Amino acid sequence: MTEDRFYHALKVSEDLCFGCTHCMNVCPVEAIRIENGKATIRDNWCVDCGECMRVCPVNAIYVEQDDFNQIFRFKCRVALVPSVLIGQFPAEVTEAAIFSVMREMGFTHVFQTEHTAGYIIRSMIEASRDAEDKPVISSFCPAVVRLIQIKFPALLPQVIRIKPPIDTSAIYFRKRLENEGYHPGEIGIFYVTPCAAKIAAVKSPVGEDSSPLNGVINMDLIYNKIFRLIKNRTNRNSISPGEMLPLLSPRSIKYCLTGGEANAMEGRCLAIDGIHNVIEFLEKLENDEFTDLDFLELRACDQSCAGGVLVGGNRFLTTERLNKRAQRFHGVADIPGDVKAYSGFLSERISLGDIKPRSMLILDEDMGEALRKIQQVRHLMCYLPGIDCGACGAPRCQSLAEDIVREEARLTACVFIQRMMEKHQKLSGEHAIKIIEKIWGRKRLEKNCNKKGAENDSE
Amino acid sequence: MTFKFEIEGGNFSKAGNASSAVKKILKQINVPPAIIKRLVVALYEGEVNVVAHARKGWIKVVIEPEEIFVNIEDEGPGIPNIELAMQEGYSTASQKVREMGFGAGMGLPNMKKNADLLNITSQVGKGTNVEIIIFLNQSHK
Ligand SMILES: Nc1ncnc2c1ncn2[C@@H]1O[C@H](COP(=O)(O)OP(=O)(O)OP(=O)(O)O)[C@@H](O)[C@H]1O
Ligand code: SF4
Ligand SMILES: [Mg+2]
Repeated sequence: MTEDRFYHALKVSEDLCFGCTHCMNVCPVEAIRIENGKATIRDNWCVDCGECMRVCPVNAIYVEQDDFNQIFRFKCRVALVPSVLIGQFPAEVTEAAIFSVMREMGFTHVFQTEHTAGYIIRSMIEASRDAEDKPVISSFCPAVVRLIQIKFPALLPQVIRIKPPIDTSAIYFRKRLENEGYHPGEIGIFYVTPCAAKIAAVKSPVGEDSSPLNGVINMDLIYNKIFRLIKNRTNRNSISPGEMLPLLSPRSIKYCLTGGEANAMEGRCLAIDGIHNVIEFLEKLENDEFTDLDFLELRACDQSCAGGVLVGGNRFLTTERLNKRAQRFHGVADIPGDVKAYSGFLSERISLGDIKPRSMLILDEDMGEALRKIQQVRHLMCYLPGIDCGACGAPRCQSLAEDIVREEARLTACVFIQRMMEKHQKLSGEHAIKIIEKIWGRKRLEKNCNKKGAENDSE
Repeated sequence: MTFKFEIEGGNFSKAGNASSAVKKILKQINVPPAIIKRLVVALYEGEVNVVAHARKGWIKVVIEPEEIFVNIEDEGPGIPNIELAMQEGYSTASQKVREMGFGAGMGLPNMKKNADLLNITSQVGKGTNVEIIIFLNQSHK
């Protein structure tokens, strides 16, 4: 995948979307506009955080997924599962039971993503000791890394160049399976993802030439399958959960929860979750408003991965359950013996490459031209009403003004400007309706009792 | 092009707003991230100094093809000995200011480190005037 084309897992269903603007208003990077009555997502701007999906009232925003049966293209079919999958099940359901039903689904091996977490922490501690620019920022959450690329490029040098567990574990398990005699082409590693951001990270990796994973399976799908299989089990002889069933340390189990990294790193470390909180903090960090910070764990979702858009369970319960599960594994080492044995191999592969800035704020590559455009935006803002009503199909008056100077919208999209133009006989009522229909779709202004909340709404 | 902002003395919760607004503009006009960072850090220190030490201030940012010029002017006590104030660790910050996490005496030195040119003039009892220049074409440095 090239640097200028980005894969996004978040898609808008043309059939379901009715252009309600909820997604447009919550998008933290203002990547959504309404066109022809449907939400459209700007590819280059979107960071795959999934906020739009959470607020959609009709489930029109969905996460595209690979066909489950693709796993059967491989002889050795590995599921790489993050601990939040397990955290969605009550304590009575053991890891062994979950992994054995996953083998019944067709996986030959089930491994845990956090298996290399202790090793990663150790590598991050070493890397941050040598870091010139503090605080260093974790590369764990792909939505945050993308956010920094597009909105805070000056902070990119602070992103720690150590691969997160998903990549490190995939590299590690692949090597182990090869050493067991599998041919590289026979091994298919599939990540069970809690979010859209991880899918995008696998399909268009940042800081790596290619992803060590073969595909991604959405966690909600797997969760439902596991749930059904476990419920229908009637003392039938189940298959074994498989060898290499790893015991994770309490720290590794909690790695993807808020504080998972910050509590293990050295010095003054902060854990910040929720993308709006992250943006607020990075804004200040860029001004150098904080001194003496060493490490930042930044996660796009509230409650970190327990709050991933594909995690069906309640995020607070998932967190609580994982904390409880972690207690049971008290005493397990952070770096398992088998990983230690591969530390030489991993140390040569754990570094992330260059992460390029791709600021989406730039109005023009040429500074003089960009300055002229800023002036034009400010001039337009003199006329726009500052109500941020969204009726133009852009989230705020300011975003409409910026779209206009980028030649992606027109001033007449604003309904208030239209009224003024009609008053001065510069726009016919007929024409105004046409403009509105172009943004909101044909017949949008006609009576329709089937819409959500209207007389015939069946919900 | 010229941009102007006002700073309210004593209001720490708003300190940084002008720096953030200038930062957004610099990002929009494609100034390299490393230069933005230096300018914003210098500007932020100046902004906080007005909030911490003066009553009221104004920021003027002039963007030209070759350089960015920042002027931070305030009404306040002024600085009696600028050379002393420029020294690392020198601070007259009040207890209240220190409680806010400021007053390490590192602001002006940090400003000097990040600006290509820095010029401070002050009249005791009247106010302080800080001028910062950052060259956009780094070969000028
Ligand atoms: N705008 C100003 N008006 C009056 N006095 C000032 C102003 N700016 C700086 N000073 C004086 O210079 C001293 C040093 O400023 P400097 O910014 O280096 O440190 P500080 O503001 O005290 O602490 P820090 O910036 O590290 O939080 C201040 O303590 C203050 O006495
Ligand atoms: S916090 Fe976790 S679940 Fe949420 S976007 Fe980041 S990596 Fe994905
Ligand atoms: Mg200061």
